[in-house]
Amino acid sequence: MNLLLIAWKNLLQRRLASALTALSIGLGVMLMVLVLVISGAVETAFTQRSIGYDLIVGPKGSDLQLVLSAVYRIQPPIENLPAMYLDELQADRRVVTAVPLAFGDVTQEGGFPIVGTTTEYFENDYLPGQKFEFGKGGSRIDQLFEAIIGADVARQNGWTLGSTFPILHGGAEGSLHDEEFTVVAVLAPTGTANDRTVFLNLESFYAIDGHEKPVDEIEKRLRDFYAADQDRLDQALAELDDYRQQLRNEEANGVAAVSPRAMQEVTAVLVKTRPETPFDAISLSAELQKGFQAMAVNPIRPIQRLMTNVIGNVQKALVVMTGLIILVSGVSIFVSIYNSMSDRRREIAVMRSLGAGRHHVFGIILAESALLCTGGAAMGWLTGHGVAVLASPWLIRRTGLLISPWTVSPWELTLFPALAVLGILVGFLPAMTAYRTNVADALNQ
Amino acid sequence: MSLILKQIRKSYRQPEGDRLPVLGIDHFELARGEQAALIGSSGGGKTTLLNIISGILVPDSGEVIVDGRNIVSMAEVVRDRYRASRIGIVFQTFNLLPAFTALENVLLGMTFSGRAVNRSFAVELLERVGLGHRLHHRPPRLSVGEQQRVAVARSLANRPVLLLADEPTANVDPANQSLILNLIRDTCKDHQVSLLMVTHSMEAATQFDRVDRLNEFNQPQLCTTGATS
Repeated sequence: MNLLLIAWKNLLQRRLASALTALSIGLGVMLMVLVLVISGAVETAFTQRSIGYDLIVGPKGSDLQLVLSAVYRIQPPIENLPAMYLDELQADRRVVTAVPLAFGDVTQEGGFPIVGTTTEYFENDYLPGQKFEFGKGGSRIDQLFEAIIGADVARQNGWTLGSTFPILHGGAEGSLHDEEFTVVAVLAPTGTANDRTVFLNLESFYAIDGHEKPVDEIEKRLRDFYAADQDRLDQALAELDDYRQQLRNEEANGVAAVSPRAMQEVTAVLVKTRPETPFDAISLSAELQKGFQAMAVNPIRPIQRLMTNVIGNVQKALVVMTGLIILVSGVSIFVSIYNSMSDRRREIAVMRSLGAGRHHVFGIILAESALLCTGGAAMGWLTGHGVAVLASPWLIRRTGLLISPWTVSPWELTLFPALAVLGILVGFLPAMTAYRTNVADALNQ
Repeated sequence: MSLILKQIRKSYRQPEGDRLPVLGIDHFELARGEQAALIGSSGGGKTTLLNIISGILVPDSGEVIVDGRNIVSMAEVVRDRYRASRIGIVFQTFNLLPAFTALENVLLGMTFSGRAVNRSFAVELLERVGLGHRLHHRPPRLSVGEQQRVAVARSLANRPVLLLADEPTANVDPANQSLILNLIRDTCKDHQVSLLMVTHSMEAATQFDRVDRLNEFNQPQLCTTGATS
């Protein structure tokens, strides 16, 4: 029998106390594993290049809000840009692709965000080098009231090709739009916010009753937006005057008015610049920065800032807290073993009388402590990942984070050696007590 | 000779600072294979003597020669291993470890000797003491007599040259006393092991050919003149 086996047998002899002590370590480790799994998912979601575009253009405001709303779809949009501005961007020689996004509504079932866009969105990479794949149906949304849905939307709502659904205006309860949309394609899982998004044809988005703002409000916005560009303002105002006339005719004669471009808006524009001249993205961004109309944001920087300043620190605080919990559990191991030492003096003396050296009994007590720590840690590690497996569908649904329950973070790799060291440290004093046991006295007890 | 004691002096430090003399033995011998009973009254130094012979306690002065080597001059770690490999001990209270089965208790006796653990010999010993069917039972599930038989098997696990028995039948019911005693004596005879049993029971001692009275050759007062520590 080796010392480890003797230590194990001793632990089994006090199985309830041993189990409770190991459990306290296990719970600490389980919490740490969960924190690390979730942190890992947050970090992956926010640190990878989250979109296959160079810039996101939106109205002036918070760059972080623009990225969170346009890419992660977890924040409300800032405001809208005139669709005419999209045309300007598309005409810019530095721009290869400018894909419009219009959003703000959600599905009635599941509350998934609605994004109005064009088929071009699905032709571009959703992540660098990653093309959209379609689980079911075609790859276009050319017709009004057609929808392409993300994989999670299909799974959670049970929607498939031909399913129809209504949408809620701006997520406000009770303001259901009249229009019904039909699923024409289901995206294959991407591990991004696209999985939780319903995409509509942009024209459908404009055609939804109630989405068109009053002409006077649009005129005011255009006057603000094009204050420094009289030619475009004049063009837009002329379109609005014509539209007002059409609306009067519609009222008088029943001839349907057709919304001019000046009446249309987009929430954000995803821009790809020429790959051969990387400076284009910088110059376009700098140009917009100077003006008062819009801003162009690098999709990575605000998120990196968020990670560094907020999320990263929260993660560190959580890891430190769970570390402290483990440390406290370590103290409970110390208390448990130390308290048992007075009851075990005779056992130790018997082993010594059988020829065990001081170093043997010292090693046995240390091994007990290390076994409790590492055994508890193994239990906690498995439970932590097990809980992550069970909770991941719920977490994905609630947060959209792509949880990988069995991914082992580098922190976890240090956990077992660290806990073995903790076990040795907390076992040292009880082991010294065993080492110093007066055999003759203890045998006479 | 299996055991020779020379000029053994042992005293204990009292809380007041002075020393309490316990043992003063000038000479004692036990031949190889010899069996002797040592009678002494309670508090007469019997257990101290066994602890000194087994190397658990170190005398203030003198020599304890077991199988030709003076264990007093050994470093503690060497003495521990020497005890494991040369000396078997049977305690009055058996001292089986409750976390281990009967077989494991015997194997534990082999673990610290530095030799390979011989499982088949451990089983053989337990079979010889009539516990072949109780190998995997823990001490709390064994009767008092059975526990002492496990202790006997454990004491012989490392094929010692000397077996020390400290009142081995004191906690055993009268029906089992002579059974245990015969078992110890017969097993020692079979393995050519010298046996020194200390007891306060004349009845147990009379079964031995050699019976010594501790108070006849122990002169604690010698400590006051010969104590070295």
